[in-house]
Amino acid sequence: MNVLNFVNAFFSDSAHWHGYDGIPQRLLEHVQYTLMALGLATAIGLPIGLLTGHTGRGGNAVAFVATAARALPSFGLLVLIAVVVGIGLLPVMVPLVILAIPPILVTTYEAVRSVDPSPVDAARGMGMHEAGILFRVELPVALPLVLSGLRSAAIQVVSTATIAAYVSLGGIGRYIIDGLYQRDYEKVVGGATLVAALALVTLGLFWAAGRFAVSPGVRRR
Amino acid sequence: MNGFFDIPSDLDNTYFGLIGLHLREALLPVLAGLLAALPVAQLCVRFRWLYPPVLGVTTVFYAVPSLAVFVVLIDYTGQTELTVMIPLAVYSLVVLVPAIVDGVRSVPEETLAASTAMGFGPVRRYLQVQLPIAVPAILAGLRVAVSASISLVSVGALIGNQGALGNLLADAQKYGRPELAVNSVLTTAVLAVLCDALLVLIRNLLTPWMPRGKGGRPKQFAARRELPEPEEASAR
Amino acid sequence: MTSTRKSSWSRTRHSGAAAVALTAAAALLAGCSSDSDDTSDNPLAGEKAKAGTVVVGSNNFAESTLLADIYGEALKAKGLKVTYKHNIGSRETTYGLMKNGSVTVLPEYNGSLLAYLDPEAEQQSADAVNEAVKAKLDKKLTVLDSSPAENKDSVSVNAETAKKHGLTAESTLADLKDVAPDLTIGGSPEFQTRQQGLKGLESVYGVKFKSFKALDAGGPLTQAALTKNTVQAADVFTTDPTIVKEKFVVLKDPENLFGFANVTPLVTKEGLSKEGVDTLNAVSAKLDTKTLLDLDAQVQLDKKDPLDVAKEWLESAGLV
Repeated sequence: MNVLNFVNAFFSDSAHWHGYDGIPQRLLEHVQYTLMALGLATAIGLPIGLLTGHTGRGGNAVAFVATAARALPSFGLLVLIAVVVGIGLLPVMVPLVILAIPPILVTTYEAVRSVDPSPVDAARGMGMHEAGILFRVELPVALPLVLSGLRSAAIQVVSTATIAAYVSLGGIGRYIIDGLYQRDYEKVVGGATLVAALALVTLGLFWAAGRFAVSPGVRRR
Repeated sequence: MNGFFDIPSDLDNTYFGLIGLHLREALLPVLAGLLAALPVAQLCVRFRWLYPPVLGVTTVFYAVPSLAVFVVLIDYTGQTELTVMIPLAVYSLVVLVPAIVDGVRSVPEETLAASTAMGFGPVRRYLQVQLPIAVPAILAGLRVAVSASISLVSVGALIGNQGALGNLLADAQKYGRPELAVNSVLTTAVLAVLCDALLVLIRNLLTPWMPRGKGGRPKQFAARRELPEPEEASAR
Repeated sequence: MTSTRKSSWSRTRHSGAAAVALTAAAALLAGCSSDSDDTSDNPLAGEKAKAGTVVVGSNNFAESTLLADIYGEALKAKGLKVTYKHNIGSRETTYGLMKNGSVTVLPEYNGSLLAYLDPEAEQQSADAVNEAVKAKLDKKLTVLDSSPAENKDSVSVNAETAKKHGLTAESTLADLKDVAPDLTIGGSPEFQTRQQGLKGLESVYGVKFKSFKALDAGGPLTQAALTKNTVQAADVFTTDPTIVKEKFVVLKDPENLFGFANVTPLVTKEGLSKEGVDTLNAVSAKLDTKTLLDLDAQVQLDKKDPLDVAKEWLESAGLV
């Protein structure tokens, strides 16, 4: 079996390029699920991580939340919620958000907490507000690590969003699930390739974001 | 009437049988991943130029959804546990290699120099100095790998009853019995928490020199460079 | 090039390590799974069914599990050694496992199987269908006597859609032609590519839907999606107890696209003794559509375990 042949066949079939089951549509759906889940998880995980990291308190609580969230099986939650409330976006969003919170929360907490205390003390001595210290001293220094946490979460969500197809939603997972039941390797391999490519694009975006957002002084370390 | 612990007959197993199966399907791959990751990581430490390409290749593996791997593997390994365990082992490998490399590299130069001065050969130095000091980092990686693996096994339900506790999910849907899905999620989560606690215990036993106690570490410990969270894998 | 070579290198290495670890730890963990059948879940035992053991498989929907249990329990009662391989997946997968001998008995539906083997085949009578199936089957496989019990795929619409477009129990699939472009149809993922699915609907009736939503094989997902109008039409099994309960309208199929679908055991020629064949033929003789409807309702509506339902029926029918 030659995987490359399947990849080639999948992408050169023009039927795969338009309509409700076309690659552009499925890709769009996949990106939508990913951005929604990542946005929600960031809105929850980032502020809590920054706050606990800044105060240095709540480390045990952060570790506890992360352990609990990691213990919850994504696929299990997906099916459970789908069986209870029916098909829709909710069964997909809950497991994806729960999946993305631990890396964002833990990394942000660790990143802010491990900032060298001397510039922080200096800023405090200069009369800077706590909010100023957090956003103008700690966050710029912690940014590379914070971004790495977001990146880790993003890659996982991109890969895991494929399970949405099991409860009848779209996304790239559609090709993989359909391929399983239709015994169509072309679709399975094509879908897997798309997910891997999307993950690589995500990596690229985070690399670019790092170049753009991280202050050169911090980057040089 | 069927209840929470009434396992449907088509799973051909008892509740505790499913738990045993789930642990086996989840933990054997982590063990295999660890055994493979140690030499790979050692090569990456020895030959620095090897690390970036290895990371690149493993990241691509890691982004491929497990279900896609299952489907392709069925032709070679059949609808068996092995089909589920192979991708899980690869994911464990991907999580563990950077954890071990970073852990071993975090051993200070002076410590290595001291051990060389004491007449340690490279093998003895690796086993008795570098590996023990890297234990916290390796265990951190193992914790992530184990909880991801326990979560991922469930997806095996899609290839014909190969998902242990995850099979309950497929049956919950097939028969419209939500209590089976609740059972599956709760049991899986409890297993993950227990395995995690066990790993924390093992870490504490293996690293008696590390500072412990309630209330977190004092700020000066926090000031040293923290290892970034290892990349995680979860149910795809 | 380098990266391909590297990946295959690490994979081989890796599976080697996995195999070693498996063997080493198998003994260690065997205690945890002493309740389970050791031969069936030992990953190193391979796929082939053991000689003398009948492996009864089933597809991923409730009725298939129920029928497999009926076959398996009837064979067990005659003293045959039976193991089950349930919930395998769709026909596309189970047929492959029958061919390579890892499953020896599978409940099938004669016309649906024929449409899978030969999408062009005309389906005139049940007997002709069985002859055509036998001719098309892999030479290691055969079908036994069909039962009178029939469970077809059908395109059914929900009550709301039927009302809106004036569809009644007398309407046919051809009547869908004009309204279909406004409707979303649901079905199992394989329905999308099967002749007895979207392909046949288009080629036989000229019916083309607005879009397709992948659900399950006539299970709770399909029922819920139809009830909630997420889809307006769906592939529903004619033995589905929810058709009556939710007032779905089953559209008539004058061109016989969905053909015959009598419950029929698909078996490997080598895998089943004369006694086993006679046993399954006796089961088929007693199984009619009304019985099947009743048994399905016990599983899907009363939530009884299929194995219990199977055993009860075999006893009441005097088959064990």
